[in-house]
Amino acid sequence: MITGTEKPIEEILAMVEPYQRLILAGCHGCVTVCRVGGAKEVQVLASTLRLAREAAGRPLEIHEVSLERQCDPEYVEKLRGLVGGYQAVLSIACGAGIQFLAEKFPATPLLPGINTGFLGVTVRQGEWSERCQGCGDCILHLTGGICPVTRCAKSLFHGPCGGSVRGSCEVDKEIPCGWQLIIDRLEALGQMENYGRLKPCKGWSSARDGGPRRIIREDML
Amino acid sequence: MVVGCLQGDCHYISGNIRARARVERVLAILGKIGIGGERLRMFNLSAGEGGKFAAFAREFVDSIREQGPSPVNLVRAGSGQPAEAEGGR
Repeated sequence: MITGTEKPIEEILAMVEPYQRLILAGCHGCVTVCRVGGAKEVQVLASTLRLAREAAGRPLEIHEVSLERQCDPEYVEKLRGLVGGYQAVLSIACGAGIQFLAEKFPATPLLPGINTGFLGVTVRQGEWSERCQGCGDCILHLTGGICPVTRCAKSLFHGPCGGSVRGSCEVDKEIPCGWQLIIDRLEALGQMENYGRLKPCKGWSSARDGGPRRIIREDML
Repeated sequence: MVVGCLQGDCHYISGNIRARARVERVLAILGKIGIGGERLRMFNLSAGEGGKFAAFAREFVDSIREQGPSPVNLVRAGSGQPAEAEGGR
C-alpha cells in the first residue's frame, strides 16, 4: 500500500486559515489501511479543526466526505457537484489522490492534509515498513523475494557494502542489511546460484530518473 | 474522564493500554488546538474500587471547575477571548 503520516495540526490550521468553508476528503484506499486518511480520520480531523477554529473565534464549516479512491476518475466525479459550494478541498489521501483532485477541479484550491510516505507493508498494527520503490524492473525472483533497491540503503545490486556489520546497516543499527537478508534467504532456499545471476548493471531507465512515468495498456484503451 | 480497568487485568488483554495511548493522542490534540489537554484524564480502576472512583471523579470535577468553561463555550457565549492554537494565525 501507499503509506502516509499525519501532518502536524498546526501546519493544517495554518493552511486552512484563509477559509471559512471547505471539504475534507478522505479515501477508502491505502490511507484507510494505514489509518491516516480514511472515513474515521476525516471525522477526527474535522472535529479537531472545528474545535480549534471555534475556540479561536473563526468558525470553519467542513463538509466531510470519503471517496472510494481519490486516484480513479469515476469516484472523484462524485465531488463535482459539491466543490463549487466550498472555498477549498483539504484531502487526506496520498499525494496521487490529492493531485488527481487538483487536476479534476482546477478552480478549487487543494490542500494536503497528510504527508505521503512509501510503498510498504503492515508489519504489525501501528507499524509500516517500506518494501518497494517502483523501479519498474523487478528482480525479486533472483534475490530471494527481498528487494535490494529498497532494503539496501544504497540500493546496491551486487552484495553488501563495507558498512554491513553483524547483519545491520551502517545507516542505522535498527535497519537490517538488505544484502544480509538476501543472502540468508538465498542460502535457506538453496538458491545461492542466483547471487551470480544478477544483472551486470541495473537499468534505471524504467525508474523515476526519466521523469514522471505512465503506463499505457493498448488492450484497455 | 475515561476509566479503564487496571493494567495487566484487562479482559481484552491490552485494550486498556491501547485506550491510554489513544487518550494521550486526543489529549495532545486538545493541547495543541488551545482547548487544553488537562480537560481529559484517564484513570485505571477495578470494578471493586468504588471509593477510589468517587475520589477520582471529585478530583476531576474540581480540576475542571478550576479551569472554567472551555474556550469554545466562552466564544459561543460571547464572553471570552478567542483561544489561539499553536502555530497561530
